[in-house]
Amino acid sequence: MVGKVRKKLVGKGGGRVDGRKPNDLRPIKIEIGLLQRADGSAYIEQGKNKILAAVYGPREVYPRHASLHNKALIRCYYRMASFSTEERKSPAPSRREVEISQVIKDALEPVIFSEFYPRSMIEIFVEVLQADGGTRCAGITAASLALANAGVPMRDLVASCAAGKVDSQLVLDPNDVEDKEGEADLPVAFAPQMGVVTLLQMDGLLSKDEFDQAFKLAVDGCKQINTLQKEALRGKYLAVGAAGGPGQGEKGG
Amino acid sequence: MLFVESRQWVIPGDLLAKGEYTAGENVYKDEEGFYASKVGLVDFENRVIQVIAVHGCYLPSIDDLVIGKVLKVGLSEWVVDINSPYKGILFVSGASGRPFDSRRDELRDILDVGDVIIAKVLEFDRTLDPRLTIKGRGLGKAESGYVVKMTPTKIPRLIGKKGSMIELVKNRTGCQITVGQNGYILVIGKKVEDEVLAVEVIRMIERDAHTSGLTNRVGEFIGKRK
Repeated sequence: MVGKVRKKLVGKGGGRVDGRKPNDLRPIKIEIGLLQRADGSAYIEQGKNKILAAVYGPREVYPRHASLHNKALIRCYYRMASFSTEERKSPAPSRREVEISQVIKDALEPVIFSEFYPRSMIEIFVEVLQADGGTRCAGITAASLALANAGVPMRDLVASCAAGKVDSQLVLDPNDVEDKEGEADLPVAFAPQMGVVTLLQMDGLLSKDEFDQAFKLAVDGCKQINTLQKEALRGKYLAVGAAGGPGQGEKGG
Repeated sequence: MLFVESRQWVIPGDLLAKGEYTAGENVYKDEEGFYASKVGLVDFENRVIQVIAVHGCYLPSIDDLVIGKVLKVGLSEWVVDINSPYKGILFVSGASGRPFDSRRDELRDILDVGDVIIAKVLEFDRTLDPRLTIKGRGLGKAESGYVVKMTPTKIPRLIGKKGSMIELVKNRTGCQITVGQNGYILVIGKKVEDEVLAVEVIRMIERDAHTSGLTNRVGEFIGKRK
């Protein structure tokens, strides 16, 4: 039988296509509050992924009948730019985008105090400018920072990361090639302070043991990403505060 | 037990304290302890812990002075944008002293779309849109001036301790400034240059709201520009 010939994705020493070790994350760069018009925003680069997240709200619900009487309506729009992939993506919303929008919303809703703002809505926009695997995870990471930047009350930040199985090897944070050619992909979103998993999906096949290991690996990745999230969020304000130290007389009036 | 110092920066999910405390604004509590729910500075008063948020939207509260813009004229009310998730409602009874007669009076003669009003919140709870009134001293329609928008959470900084900051800006720029709790600020000056200066100063306060010695720097800034 003749199989498809392809390059091995994990070398003998555990080196991956982009030179990482199995337990390594891709390099991550985070920026916060870079959009003027949105109430909150964040930008993340995770390897070749480039994702922009913006948050509007809480604001009035359109159409009015969609509003919920006991909590804020949360809407999420995940979108991939036509130029984000190697082959041009049709700009029409795909089934996949609709599904990921829902998944991101479900991953973030548990940490938002939506009951504080009944009859209003919070909108989350996740725009993928460049995609290289794991965009839903990086999108969640960025969107949770944008929410914090918008001043939406939250129980915790959400960090998200995937684990995968490539050439029978469990790897952290698979990129596009590893995701497509690999045997399995396991995206996880995790709220570290609450200790709650808010997203768990699996694509491909893993044995029970492998699943347990991969899950642990992904949660570990989430914790590492959470540290970066916190640094980015603190760094934004400390940088300005350093000029004159923490303010005095903030209250009053 | 405390895990943070006063005036320390915190982010959502940060553990602030465990034990006998009371959760103030932007702080939530579970079986374990007290946590921040917004990005901001920690503040203690007795055993109440609160977080002074840097970002956030305006939630109306009764007796707040707000500046609003008329969005819609209804049959017996105006719908007013007050920079909040909830639209302000101003009924005729809250706007004019005499009884309203639809055969004789036209609502648009009193207030029209685009008019800016200085109003007070009469009543609000989360099941009801905020009801406003423009009857009272200092309230009513704004006939001239600039409306500046600011993050509502930074309004206390603009006012300052016992109004020190806003008094300084008013006196030194010679402008009449009405600060709405909702983050809209009405600036009325004798000259356009005065108004422009006041707007610039407000922008500066918003940008540097969380730094210390701001009142002095604002004074210096105005001194340089005058």
